Amino acid sequence: MVERRPVLTFVSHLILVLGIIIIAFPLYLTFVASTQTAEQITQSIPMSLVPGTNLIETYRTALFGGETSAGSNLSGAARMMWVSLVTALIIPIGKTTISLLSAFAIVYFRFPFRNTVFWLIFITLMLPVEVRIGPTYEVVASLGMLNTYAGLTIPLIASATATFLFRQFFLTVPDELVEAARIDGAGPMRFFRDVLIPLSATSIAALFVIQFIYGWNQYLWPLLMTTHEDMYPVVMGIKRLLGGEAYTEWNVVMATAILAMLPPALVVILMQKWFVKGLVDTEK
Amino acid sequence: MASITLSKVFKSYGSGKTANQVIHGVSAEIHDGEFVVVVGPSGCGKSTLLRMVAGLEEISGGEISIGSRVVNDLEPSERDIAMVFQNYALYPHMSVFDNMAYGLKIARVPKDEIKARVDKAAKILELGQYLNRKPRELSGGQRQRVAMGRAIVRQPQVFLFDEPLSNLDAKLRAHTRLEIQKLHRDLGITSLFVTHDQVEAMTLAQRMIVMNAGIMEQFGTPEEVYARPASTFVATFIGSPPMNLIKEAPGAKPGVTVGIRPEHLDITDSGWALTVDALETLGAERLVYGRWQHGEGYELVIIRCDEGRPVPQLGSTIHVTPRPDRLHYFDTTTGKRI
Repeated sequence: MVERRPVLTFVSHLILVLGIIIIAFPLYLTFVASTQTAEQITQSIPMSLVPGTNLIETYRTALFGGETSAGSNLSGAARMMWVSLVTALIIPIGKTTISLLSAFAIVYFRFPFRNTVFWLIFITLMLPVEVRIGPTYEVVASLGMLNTYAGLTIPLIASATATFLFRQFFLTVPDELVEAARIDGAGPMRFFRDVLIPLSATSIAALFVIQFIYGWNQYLWPLLMTTHEDMYPVVMGIKRLLGGEAYTEWNVVMATAILAMLPPALVVILMQKWFVKGLVDTEK
Repeated sequence: MASITLSKVFKSYGSGKTANQVIHGVSAEIHDGEFVVVVGPSGCGKSTLLRMVAGLEEISGGEISIGSRVVNDLEPSERDIAMVFQNYALYPHMSVFDNMAYGLKIARVPKDEIKARVDKAAKILELGQYLNRKPRELSGGQRQRVAMGRAIVRQPQVFLFDEPLSNLDAKLRAHTRLEIQKLHRDLGITSLFVTHDQVEAMTLAQRMIVMNAGIMEQFGTPEEVYARPASTFVATFIGSPPMNLIKEAPGAKPGVTVGIRPEHLDITDSGWALTVDALETLGAERLVYGRWQHGEGYELVIIRCDEGRPVPQLGSTIHVTPRPDRLHYFDTTTGKRI
């Protein structure tokens, strides 16, 4: 649509606004529910769409747990948030480090079976976590890594996607840059540190955001892996709030959901500029 | 500063039976402080030769020495050279200052000396006000100067240039050519300059190496190469329009090709009869394409006429006489000068 016509402008805005309402309404509902008391939510049908007055109380319960007005005893999400945060930080950092190094090796070093190695890495792309979850559990369990941060993160760190992404990026770096660095006397690791990493900064940022969300949203793997309550990530915590007790404290569930949404949203907002840059252009 | 000695340098890619030889034994002696241009058509191996001197390509056979040191097994950074690349190869994320200083930082040169050297180079190249900019904020000509600055601050024994002017527009190229000449006069550093452009070669070189298909055809001053080309390849490659080469020239021995430059043919009242096939006006001069019919075939002979001379009519017959002392004779089969 190259032309500017008032009708078209109106229609396209209308569609966009409708889309935003459809997406944003559940979020709003979650927020409103988290500001009311459990009784208010269950007793008024349909639920009130005006924010209630119980905001601070609900969030305190959601974070730090304790006895609720309905009589159930909740453990609080603070510890789970911490577990999620650590996991969601280790995964992107580990992933980026390993992928950068392996892509560097594949692109810049001549060693026997270089292509075989690349294809072996590439083949693992075809196997999502769910497919290899059985054997992975077996390995992690026999290494004694159940209920540890290592067990939560290491199996998710090895990544073909990121290696592939950096390989493609390194291939676009002109050979002359490598040669200029060689003439300047920079060894391979020096070149890696001084030239390749700064050039990959935007890709690294984009990858960090994606992988942070990926790590934060892990559900199936921690569900298998963790049996101690103090190693549960927050995503599992929400599920447990729904199932366990006879009476579901909907306001706490909703507050926990909001809390679980905040860190990924913050990461995206804070790194938006870098993230978009990393996806859109490569500075060469 | 140092001389460069190439002795029987070979380069081949691959090994065993599938090996593909691209440089077939080049030997040359480049004197201390000399500016030598390597010129040849694309794919002749001139860049490969330069990259072997730089240490970016392995040497398959023979020896390269810089000064008195054989450098065959030395890393590029240990050879005491600096190179200017065709696309400049500046580090995009570093400022102009950092680009020039990077090599010195790695060599652990003290900070104040780095600053002094970069400032001096920036002054020579008039880059002073751009030191904090990133390469992408500079024009092509400025980037080119930064690349040269990076070479200068290293204070190397040898400068290597790999077609550094081919990404510039024509006007800037002529200007930069003069700058490089001046730089060489001021610093007096032995330089090896690769180009495919014969004008660049003729104007910059103190001596030039003409290469073709991995072989050094001729090594001499531009005047020598122009006045006494060693082979038919050199005769046609250097000079525009190229030298006329006539296989069965009237009065010549069989098996001998006669060469004559377009400016050494005079239109006279009698002599060699040609039909005017085409005319080209270049401003200061005109090119007359004369068709010489012999037997069933014909050959085109180019004649250069200065401004002010009468212009022959298209299709008319003219007579030309070559200046006898300007005739060149080549062996038709080998192409070598006789």
